[in-house]
Amino acid sequence: MTTFDRSAIQVRSDRLYRRRKLLNHAVTGLMLLAVACAVVPLFLILFYVLKDGLPGLSVHFFTQNPVAPGTPGGGVHNAIVGSAIMVGLAVLIGVPVAIGTGVFLSEYGQNRFGSTVRFVIEVMAGIPSITVGLFVYSLIVVRQHHFSGFAGAVALAIILIPIVARITEEMLLLVPRSLREASYALGAPRWKTVLSIVFPTALPGIITGIMLGLSRIAGEAAPLLFTSLGNEFYTTNITSAMDSLPTRIYSYATGPYDNWHKQAWAMSLLLVAIILVISLAVRALFGSRVTVRQ
Amino acid sequence: MTDLQTGQSGRATAPRPGQPGQHPQQATDSPPIAKDREIAISARDVSAWYGPKLAISGISMEIKKNAITALIGPSGCGKSTYIRCFNRMHEFAPNARVAGTILVDGNDIYAPGVDPVRVRQRIGMVFQKPNPFPTMSIAENVAAGLRFMGVRSKAEIGDRVESALKLAALWEEVKDDLKKPGIALSGGQQQRLCIARTIAVEPEVVLMDEPCSALDPVATLKIEDLMRGLAERYTIIIVTHNMQQAARVSDETAFLLMGEDGAGQLIEYRSTADFFTNPRDKRTEDYITGRFG
Repeated sequence: MTTFDRSAIQVRSDRLYRRRKLLNHAVTGLMLLAVACAVVPLFLILFYVLKDGLPGLSVHFFTQNPVAPGTPGGGVHNAIVGSAIMVGLAVLIGVPVAIGTGVFLSEYGQNRFGSTVRFVIEVMAGIPSITVGLFVYSLIVVRQHHFSGFAGAVALAIILIPIVARITEEMLLLVPRSLREASYALGAPRWKTVLSIVFPTALPGIITGIMLGLSRIAGEAAPLLFTSLGNEFYTTNITSAMDSLPTRIYSYATGPYDNWHKQAWAMSLLLVAIILVISLAVRALFGSRVTVRQ
Repeated sequence: MTDLQTGQSGRATAPRPGQPGQHPQQATDSPPIAKDREIAISARDVSAWYGPKLAISGISMEIKKNAITALIGPSGCGKSTYIRCFNRMHEFAPNARVAGTILVDGNDIYAPGVDPVRVRQRIGMVFQKPNPFPTMSIAENVAAGLRFMGVRSKAEIGDRVESALKLAALWEEVKDDLKKPGIALSGGQQQRLCIARTIAVEPEVVLMDEPCSALDPVATLKIEDLMRGLAERYTIIIVTHNMQQAARVSDETAFLLMGEDGAGQLIEYRSTADFFTNPRDKRTEDYITGRFG
């Protein structure tokens, strides 16, 4: 290399090259740091939830209802059942509305009214969940003069709707135009095309969206504070105040008793586990199909 | 997007194009080219726009029944746009517009009150890229059009699926896998599946928009063989940018070219043998001898 003269431009390029390599390493390092900042807290959360939550798990944690404050034992059976009922009811209320909205936006919403609806949905998605709780409080709780599991489910449904509606619209828009054309060319009217071609093609993505929304509302405490309130006793009556995991975590975590803290950690672990299982199930069922289409 | 499915108020009084017993009314003023054979489609002075842009200007053609008519021409000359006017698919493009008359068996498919859905049930279309429905099995794909038309009987659907797949020369390859997803087939098989799906509803005309351009040569030959067989029962219009293909499969060939106004126009339309051996127009000759395009 040094046995012959190198032109000035070659020498300059050598210097540039060394600088570029150095910069490359530096930027790669910065990105790894960013990844660490994102992932380390996540693993710390998982670690602490496991460490402090596992000891609280026991059979009576699942099967017994809360006992008098300060006494040992007891469980959160009422909160688990309450959460299941309210989240299930919220999905029943919210998903049809959300899917209807999403189908409208993607198939019939290419106009001013559609843009308005789209904007409203976006704003809805940004409303703080405590505000949703207050809204449902004034809408249902105040008029009925009592808290209820139904009001809680409505609040959760209101949070669920924009999430599922947006994902539904996006998934429907991902369905290739060629499939719609194939259907039209076979003499299918528009509604049949949407119903029997476009919607089934987008279904895996839509179900993924519903599951994501479900994980989100399962962990919400704020909208339930003024609606379902919480309940020390077991109930499946949706017209009475109802317990839920997030509100019970809130009250136990802020309470003075060690037994409560232990159970709050265990409930946190349970919520994380539920969300993890849902995510994994969605991936196992539809993961590949969804990615292929995108 | 143009909404075709609303505004069907005139449906009850709509002419039902092509009911048996109706004969073409325009036999008297047919151009010489088609005297010897019945006319399936008579397109007069058809122009089409995408928004303000004129895509084809004033193209008239008489399409012979049970023949294969090829439309050739360089990219952008409006071949696809033209045949998409024949099944009213052009209207799906934003702000698209069509002028002129298109008579199918003597009935104007653009007459007020004609439902485009009815038109498309009678004029099928095969697209450039195979597009089987991904959620459906092979059998369900072929049956899709039948179900859209309201066929419910399982036995009838089964029979029609089988005969459509046989006509499309796919039956032997898939008869044991009818429940497998349509998208699991190879590209050439998928395209034959799409052809089976199209002919299952027994349309009178099958439009093919560059049906082989996404296929390898072997698959292409299979489709071409298949087209020759189909022409005994169906009127076929094929758009192709492959002159050899037009020469191999078609009975009639039309050459479209972009005019000075940027819109496609018809240059020459004759029987395929004459077209390739004895072109009348200088531009046709230049094109088929490979001097441009």
